[in-house]
Amino acid sequence: MSPIPPSADPAAPPRAGLLDTRHHVETPEGIDLILRPAGLLPRSLAYGIDLLIRGGLMLLMFFLLIWLGRFGMGLGLILTFLMTWWYMVLFEVLAQGRSPGKRFMGLRVVHDDGTPVGWSASLVRNLLRVVDMLPFGYTLGILSCLANPTFKRLGDLAAGTLVVYRDEEPQVPALPEAPAQRAPFSLSRDEQNAVMGFAERHASLSAARRTELASLLAEPLEVPAEQAEARLNGIARGLVDPL
Amino acid sequence: MKQSQFEARHRDAWAAFTVQLEALEKSKADAEASTRFAADYRQLCQQLALAETRGYGSHLVERLQGLAMRAHQQFYRHRSHLAADLLGFLLAGFPRLVREQWRSVALASLLFYGSLLLMGGLVYVFPDLVYSVMDPAQVASMESMYDPDARRIGPLSERGSGDDWMMFGHYIMNNIGIAFQTFAGGLLFGLGSLFFLLFNGITIGAVAGHLSEIGYTETFWSFVIGHGAFELTAITFAGAAGLQLGWALLAPGRLPRAEALRRAASESVKLVAGVIVMLLIAAFIEAYWSSIALSATWLKYLIGGGLWLLVGAYFLLVGRSPHAPD
Repeated sequence: MSPIPPSADPAAPPRAGLLDTRHHVETPEGIDLILRPAGLLPRSLAYGIDLLIRGGLMLLMFFLLIWLGRFGMGLGLILTFLMTWWYMVLFEVLAQGRSPGKRFMGLRVVHDDGTPVGWSASLVRNLLRVVDMLPFGYTLGILSCLANPTFKRLGDLAAGTLVVYRDEEPQVPALPEAPAQRAPFSLSRDEQNAVMGFAERHASLSAARRTELASLLAEPLEVPAEQAEARLNGIARGLVDPL
Repeated sequence: MKQSQFEARHRDAWAAFTVQLEALEKSKADAEASTRFAADYRQLCQQLALAETRGYGSHLVERLQGLAMRAHQQFYRHRSHLAADLLGFLLAGFPRLVREQWRSVALASLLFYGSLLLMGGLVYVFPDLVYSVMDPAQVASMESMYDPDARRIGPLSERGSGDDWMMFGHYIMNNIGIAFQTFAGGLLFGLGSLFFLLFNGITIGAVAGHLSEIGYTETFWSFVIGHGAFELTAITFAGAAGLQLGWALLAPGRLPRAEALRRAASESVKLVAGVIVMLLIAAFIEAYWSSIALSATWLKYLIGGGLWLLVGAYFLLVGRSPHAPD
């Protein structure tokens, strides 16, 4: 495998100044996992949903256990304890990092190195939640979340965990129909990516915008501006298919 | 190799791998089919690296990245041997851990028992001092709980045996909640743990001093001696775990603060796991044994003293031999 040029080092953000929240993790298999940490809003919503679910369950429990008298009250207290302290931990460890709220919002909890969260990290991040709640309404947690590049609250910092989006499988777009062509000069990897990106996104760009973008390259491609788009599509096709 | 040829060559393998992944994610994969999973995953990683260096289209690369990500999640899945781990921890790991971290445990014990004894002694000598810690209503309810004429003693003294269960629930929720807060407070540079240790020490000391001073010695001490062995020790351990968090922030040594905190947290949370077990035992003893009003209080002292010795011996002696957990 040819050495990767430093400009395309995947561990570093591709170009300085590019605004990107993606978090790269290099795995022992020699590839980069790309995690997308979730920000304050989806996390708060997920927490809100969990809160509602817990509230509903507690209410239901209250009406069921009230018939059992003192025994029911004892059971109720134990269940309250489990709901308060263990609800998140049990779901995160046993349901692949997702409490019901997180599942709904498409989030999940992982260790910093991308591996699924375990008992000890999950316990730490959820026990330290009480500090995040200080002095009122999650103030410390919100401040920490906003100040951290990967949106960690204090509990996440101590536990070494991340809340990330669960990525959906991308739809593979069809390339525009064009006869395969060879580029007039050899393309670098970044240039190849740019040409491929242009062709793959053709359906989401308006015709005028496509012409405008392609005409920027008319001169190096040695074609008139109005043919530049077809030429680019042809080159992209030539990169994918054998000539 | 051009992208379309690459895709055509591996398309079937990727489809099969996706099916396998879906089965694993639903925990429905059979063992036979999973034997090839590690090799397939490595293969996929190699194809992803190849696709990236050859500059294939971003959609293909993203798709492979998605697959690799999902496979990574399954490959490094958390394997839970909860029962075996817990047993090993209780038979050796926990006392070892406590001995290993004796500095923070000693500091927490000093803070807690020191404030307890000091406050107890002061209240015993200057009885009015109890009102500087608790309001008169609290003192009165405390007195009625340990009234020597009651049939059952402790909180809710008028209860029958059916209420023991309720108190069990109450102790679990209350005490473990306090222990968790004591631990979590350590994140505030140790101040939270310090506060809870001293606050609990002073309150318990004031109650003990006051009740001894008004002559409820028999009921109070025979009530608390049994579960105290587990409960008080557990509080100091929770405080010790919290102090470790605070210490990591105050004096991270050569590590960055975040890293020091993470290491301290992963160590101290084990202590918290032990605390949970101890408080469950304490709640059980408190609800079912301590509350019985025996005419022979010497029996309660005997058993209570035995429990203190047991706890002491456990933390000093268990897990000394290197093969103990196996």
